[in-house]
Amino acid sequence: MTDTVAQPGVTDAKAAPDTMAWDSGLRRLMMIYLPLGCFVLILLFPFYWMAITSFKPNAELMNYKEHNPFWISSPTLAHINHLLFNTAYPRWLKTTMLVAIGSTTLSLIASTLAAYAIERLRFRGSPYVGLGIYLAYLVPPSILFIPLATVVVQFGLFDSPLALILVYPTFLVPFCTWLLIGYFKSIPYELEECALVDGATRLQILRRITLPLAVPGLISAGIFSFTLSWNEFIYALAFIQSGANKTVPVAILTELVTGDVYQWGALMAGSLLGSLPVAIFYSLFVDYYVSSLTGAVKE
Amino acid sequence: MSVTTLSSPALAQRQPNWLVRLFDYKPFLIVMCLAPALGLLAVFLTYPLGLGVWLAFTDTTIGRRGIFVGLENFQYLLTDPLWWNAVFYSVFYTAVATFGKFALGFWLALLLNNHFPFKSLLRAIVLLPWIVPTVLSALAFWWIYDPQFSIISYLMVDVLHWRSNNIDFLGSPWPARFSLIAANIWRGIPFVAISLLAGLQTISPSLYEAAMLDGASAWQRFRYITFPMMMPILAIVMTFSIIFTFTDFQLVYAITRGGPVNSTHLLATLAFQRGIAGGELGEGAAIAVSMIPFLVFATLFSYFGLARRKWQQGEAND
Repeated sequence: MTDTVAQPGVTDAKAAPDTMAWDSGLRRLMMIYLPLGCFVLILLFPFYWMAITSFKPNAELMNYKEHNPFWISSPTLAHINHLLFNTAYPRWLKTTMLVAIGSTTLSLIASTLAAYAIERLRFRGSPYVGLGIYLAYLVPPSILFIPLATVVVQFGLFDSPLALILVYPTFLVPFCTWLLIGYFKSIPYELEECALVDGATRLQILRRITLPLAVPGLISAGIFSFTLSWNEFIYALAFIQSGANKTVPVAILTELVTGDVYQWGALMAGSLLGSLPVAIFYSLFVDYYVSSLTGAVKE
Repeated sequence: MSVTTLSSPALAQRQPNWLVRLFDYKPFLIVMCLAPALGLLAVFLTYPLGLGVWLAFTDTTIGRRGIFVGLENFQYLLTDPLWWNAVFYSVFYTAVATFGKFALGFWLALLLNNHFPFKSLLRAIVLLPWIVPTVLSALAFWWIYDPQFSIISYLMVDVLHWRSNNIDFLGSPWPARFSLIAANIWRGIPFVAISLLAGLQTISPSLYEAAMLDGASAWQRFRYITFPMMMPILAIVMTFSIIFTFTDFQLVYAITRGGPVNSTHLLATLAFQRGIAGGELGEGAAIAVSMIPFLVFATLFSYFGLARRKWQQGEAND
């Protein structure tokens, strides 16, 4: 309080800069924090709504007059319970996990080797091979799914998760190769030349020098592949018929949406549980994710 | 080569293993390294792409091998109002959603480019809509757009009293079309924002300092420095965005499945409905193939239209 009493004499002298500071502070608030706050609110709201619906009892879910829809008065685990014990949800999660891990592993191996060959074992035409692989990324799945369905049937893989593990690399390999070429580029070539002079074989160089140095790149390629294959929908919808072999996104839409009255609680709980593994995985490696995304675009 | 012959002890040591020597033979190693990636792409991408174009010229149905019918499928599509409707909505959806994503994403990128506490945390949070599987967030939107229990309707009717009755978001064509576009924009903002933020950070601050000294206003700095410097990256990100928005499938399939009365069919969902659900593989393939000219046009337009400045400045590609 004494401070404020002593203030008048001082503020007089500082009046101009003070109002300016306050002015620019307000300006900052209006121009940056307020719009930023709106963006965050809108971008996160669907997740909040998803989460809150998953824990709401049905009575509250359908009654906005007596209950505030933005809050839960008596949270319940009934929807999650229903999902885990009355549906094949655990099985769907397991299939999705299997497909994501399988296709990620396969594409990481294929794209690491390809990126190494294109960037390090320079040969005539290597830029064209690189360009060709990159262009493959621009072929959208919605053009390919019909002929791919007939290919999958020909190979006897229809209705099998193996079909998805083999097909997902078509969009994962181009993406990862592109990302890894950038990483290999950042590793000094001299390191490999020294090893070559010392009599190391090329495979030894790849295993002992290049790959360990490219670990950050491999991690980000892995995260991207995992999230992209977890997200994939159209192939999983077209190639998998039986309820047990479906992946989470497809199963929720085709198995949980039944009749005219939707079980919103269970649907949202399914969406929440299906999003969590990716969100957790993402949060663990978020720095790799953001930096490689920005790095890839800068290239 | 002379170096390796000189260090003969090392060479002698690994001489016996012919496999190691084979892998040290560069052409062989190159082939072995490229084989998995190119093999996968050839079998599951190039071959199906060719097969798809072939199927579009046949009358194949599920379980029956088709015969070549020439342009019949395409002739039929030209007389099919549903195909025209899907073409219209695909173009409309792509144009409006891309515009929205880029306007809002650019704005968000400019906001994130300022200095404030918890910057990296905020960036991580902002990317979430892009990480979470589209179908799962689309389901959340489906619930948000519910005719009876929509939270937006609740806000407008019961809290703000702006309207007297609930909005039927997905019940009639135009509201449904815009509802889908809104969901698509929501999902696309993070990717655009983060990519453009990367571009913004490559612009040298000295350019802005010089402009400030010359007395340029904030708008002039944006118009004459930020915007032209961002052109190349805008072109790339926009090309990607246009391709993936035009061929979108998940969002529409999850929220409306093309309804009401087929008003929200994109070419991709129509191709699925005819090709897989309806069993008319040939016709479905023709619809999918009919996307290609639009894609090529959109790509050329956004790439060359926007990247023009880049080659005017005489920069090397990429």
